[in-house]
Amino acid sequence: MISRRDFLQVSMAASALYGASGFGNWARLGAQQAMTQDKLLDFDTFGNVTLMHITDIHAQMKPIYFREPEVNIGVGSNKGAVPHVTGAEFRKLYGIEDGSPSAYALSHDDFSSLAQSYGRVGGLDRVATVLNSIRADRPDALLLDGGDTWHGSYTCLKTEGQDMVNVMNALKPDAMTFHWEFTLGSDRVAEIVEGLPFAALGQNIFDAEWDEPTDLFPPYQFFERGGVKIAVIGQAFPYMPIANPGWMFPEYSFGIRDERMQEMVDEVRGQGAELVVCLSHNGFDVDKKMAGIVKGIDVILSGHTHDALPEPALVGETIIVASGSNGKFVSRVDLDVRDGRMMGFRHKLIPIFSDVIEPDKEVAALIDEQRAPFASELGEVIGKTDSLLYRRGNFNGSWDDLICDALISEREADIAMSPGVRWGPSILPGQDITREDIYNVTSMTYGKAYRTEMTGEFIHVILEDVADNLFNPDPYYQQGGDMVRIGGMGYRIDVTKKQGERITDMTLLKTGEKIDPSKTYMVAGWASVNEATEGPQIWDVVEDHIRAQGTIKLDPNNSVTVVGV
Amino acid sequence: MEFSRRDTLALGLGAAALTVLPFQLSAAATDDAISAFTGGADVGTGGLTLTAPEIAENGNTVPVEVAAPGATSILLLAAGNPTPGVAQFNFGPLAAAQSASTRIRLAGTQDVVAIAKMADGSFVRAAQTVKVTIGGCGG
Repeated sequence: MISRRDFLQVSMAASALYGASGFGNWARLGAQQAMTQDKLLDFDTFGNVTLMHITDIHAQMKPIYFREPEVNIGVGSNKGAVPHVTGAEFRKLYGIEDGSPSAYALSHDDFSSLAQSYGRVGGLDRVATVLNSIRADRPDALLLDGGDTWHGSYTCLKTEGQDMVNVMNALKPDAMTFHWEFTLGSDRVAEIVEGLPFAALGQNIFDAEWDEPTDLFPPYQFFERGGVKIAVIGQAFPYMPIANPGWMFPEYSFGIRDERMQEMVDEVRGQGAELVVCLSHNGFDVDKKMAGIVKGIDVILSGHTHDALPEPALVGETIIVASGSNGKFVSRVDLDVRDGRMMGFRHKLIPIFSDVIEPDKEVAALIDEQRAPFASELGEVIGKTDSLLYRRGNFNGSWDDLICDALISEREADIAMSPGVRWGPSILPGQDITREDIYNVTSMTYGKAYRTEMTGEFIHVILEDVADNLFNPDPYYQQGGDMVRIGGMGYRIDVTKKQGERITDMTLLKTGEKIDPSKTYMVAGWASVNEATEGPQIWDVVEDHIRAQGTIKLDPNNSVTVVGV
Repeated sequence: MEFSRRDTLALGLGAAALTVLPFQLSAAATDDAISAFTGGADVGTGGLTLTAPEIAENGNTVPVEVAAPGATSILLLAAGNPTPGVAQFNFGPLAAAQSASTRIRLAGTQDVVAIAKMADGSFVRAAQTVKVTIGGCGG
């Protein structure tokens, strides 16, 4: 008899051989230049349970462009492991042809030209079509939302998340977990969660005062699907009060709490769960580590770090599924659960090519309804760009170069800082920049642009601190963002060193002089977690700058030298 | 705008003012405290669980829990604080459980260390690094 472990591995091998993951099929489609909706959705229904995973939508209801990172460095045991493989190496790893639709969806090279061929991605009306198609195969498929849903656009900011709540409810999720949602403030979060027609889960969401679980966010929910008793355990982003302003949700404490995760897994198994799914906003490397510590999780649906992987990663007997961001992908995972155990899986990362997948009419109308009151503000053209504007990458992206330029010129600063968040769609060369585009990369409930003096020593402390959140070799000490983006200053970073020793050669670009630890510099930035922050909103600063420039043209940014890779 | 030192501590872009600590002094003080507790006996591992966050949400009040079934006493130390001693929990023979939780203030990123004295007079140790930071911007 075949052991469970063998079966999983056979299944993985079969994926590679026959394209059971759907991935080999895409590459062939690309070669034939014949993408159709049917081919994108083609899936040989398997087993008795289907999971559908979407995560980190960041309120992108409409199709967008989204360039995946060129630089995504793994450290410690994750050096060279997915998702820390990009570009040509990534394509080689998964057998993706250059220039194919998969290359466009999953890697950064030739992005601007491939975007012209393959068009925009995402759009929740297209996502609805995909979900409906999967539900036609398997009517009781579970839809699980990994969070970062009620944040990231003009309409989401103005309606305090209501637009996304309305549209997501139409997609009928079965459960959700959280991160940026909490930046709406705990009162607003409670107001929405109390009215949700599905489970709001987080085994690691605790009452801060008593350090106990909360009533509003249960740890898990049971589902009966295909005759299988399924437990879905939620895992919210562990470091919310550290990475985001804790004063907006002082009632809550988070943390990884993997010992409680184990207790919950044991508890649901004790209650007869035959399949245990963790709906996680840990980030990929944290999920990998947790999968090695907590025993008994069959599937981790991983969010937060915005990685899109064409095949699940396997840790012990746990599969980890990473489904990208910004509405660009939906993962379908079919499982064969028998005799109380997961015996095998079939998986497909479905790219939402918005020109190929027909929009669902009802959801399209619902999206239009949310946007209609704001149509004139959203569509106003502020300027134009000659350069590709994107954000993802460990050290810089052209969107943040532009934001830092805006901070330096509009706020008369020596040095600018822009947070290393991973959300925000891309804009192609030649495109207009609308107000909506600016909000898509800046909108948040704490967007004020501060201006303050800092010593060179203090700037160094900040860079070291953020670098350790990214390059600490232990994933449990990583927060899942990218490096703070710096304008007006260059530096050298050795990712292999310890905190305090990574950052050297800090240089003020306008003079070429070394940063003096004891000297004071004028620094402008945004997204401070400090409650008393004052200044204009960052989207207004960026809008003023783009208006003044007319057409944006950015030089390549070579101000960060990375070593130890 | 003007930032006081306290405000600056809370700057969003990872502006953690990492206090320069006399770590050498702390290390010596920690060793001294452990020696005083154990009388210089060998210290093993296992049987003692120390639960603390990997990254503190607030360095001024970090929840820490220790549990060692069968222990008569547990010493808790913040190895990087100017004064490492935090607490010593003693369990009498009628204690239902040999566990305790408290909140401690950490001056910066450091190891939290617990030493348990077991009923047979042996000692075990557990430690965890707790990072104190205000930096980072989650994806």
